[in-house]
Amino acid sequence: MGTQNFLWTFAKNYFTVGLVALTISDRYASIVPVRGVSMSPTFNPHHSTLMGSNDDYVLVEKFCLEKYKFSPGDVVVFCSPTDHREKHVKRITALPGDWISSPYSHDALKIPEGHCWVEGDNFASSLDSRSYGPIPLGLVRGRVTHVVWPPQRVGKVERRIPQDGLPF
Amino acid sequence: MRNLPPFLMIVKEGLDKTLTVAKFLCALHVTNTYLCTSVMAQGPSMLPTFNLTGDLLLAERISARFGRVGPGDIVIIRSPENPRKIVAKRVKGVEGDSVTYVVEPKSSDRCETVVVPKGHVWIEGDNIYDSNDSRKFGAVPYGLIQGKVFWRIWPREGFGSVR
Repeated sequence: MGTQNFLWTFAKNYFTVGLVALTISDRYASIVPVRGVSMSPTFNPHHSTLMGSNDDYVLVEKFCLEKYKFSPGDVVVFCSPTDHREKHVKRITALPGDWISSPYSHDALKIPEGHCWVEGDNFASSLDSRSYGPIPLGLVRGRVTHVVWPPQRVGKVERRIPQDGLPF
Repeated sequence: MRNLPPFLMIVKEGLDKTLTVAKFLCALHVTNTYLCTSVMAQGPSMLPTFNLTGDLLLAERISARFGRVGPGDIVIIRSPENPRKIVAKRVKGVEGDSVTYVVEPKSSDRCETVVVPKGHVWIEGDNIYDSNDSRKFGAVPYGLIQGKVFWRIWPREGFGSVR
């Protein structure tokens, strides 16, 4: 009888902590791993495809989802437009109303209302808006503010606007 | 010194009550985000299914998360033109489907056929004469879907499941 009581209390506490942690992770901030090299050198600069344990961990804040107000150069987490179960991390390079020079056809493209243009810092190997076009801002799930792991690269993620056509 | 313990008791009770309220709000958030949410739908785009002045609807979040939204379902979706707005529309096609739609029903009967790209859905309002939907802004990514509408709470005459 005592053990049952103890287990029940334990389960209740576990469940409560779970609910609170889920709420905080959804509404305020969470920590996620970044996989792949599309954002080198900002994240995963020495990443090798064989070693999975070298992923950078970053802090993602959710306060920006209140007003959906972003600035060019923000690094954001968003649901992939080709597969809603995947989340990508890229940098916003253009906001609604901006004109962007389309990379493959040499004419200018206007970003439609409610959309943004995302690009990875590593131009050579990044699947981003240059392949699937501008993405609706409604797909954004958070903004990356800091790198929290590995300890030698802990720091704020700066807003950087890439110069036309030049990689970092 | 004798006033200290009663003061501490009040503080402890205040903390307990705050904690209970916080736990309740967290449970509310989790239910709203992962199980079921209520939404007020207004406007002419879903006539005659929904009223012009506003219907209070219940939308469940589980089908959308597991990719089980199909043609014929009414979904609530974040507008691709304004991420702060949630709209209710009917899904007419999912990725890979060939959708035929009337481009401008007020002026002509011209139809166009389009194949819905991967990871996207084609949404249309039931009232195609007055609906801002995929015919204007194209197929929308599945990730914008917030839930599937399954029940109407208000007005009371329409209380019941929504198809």
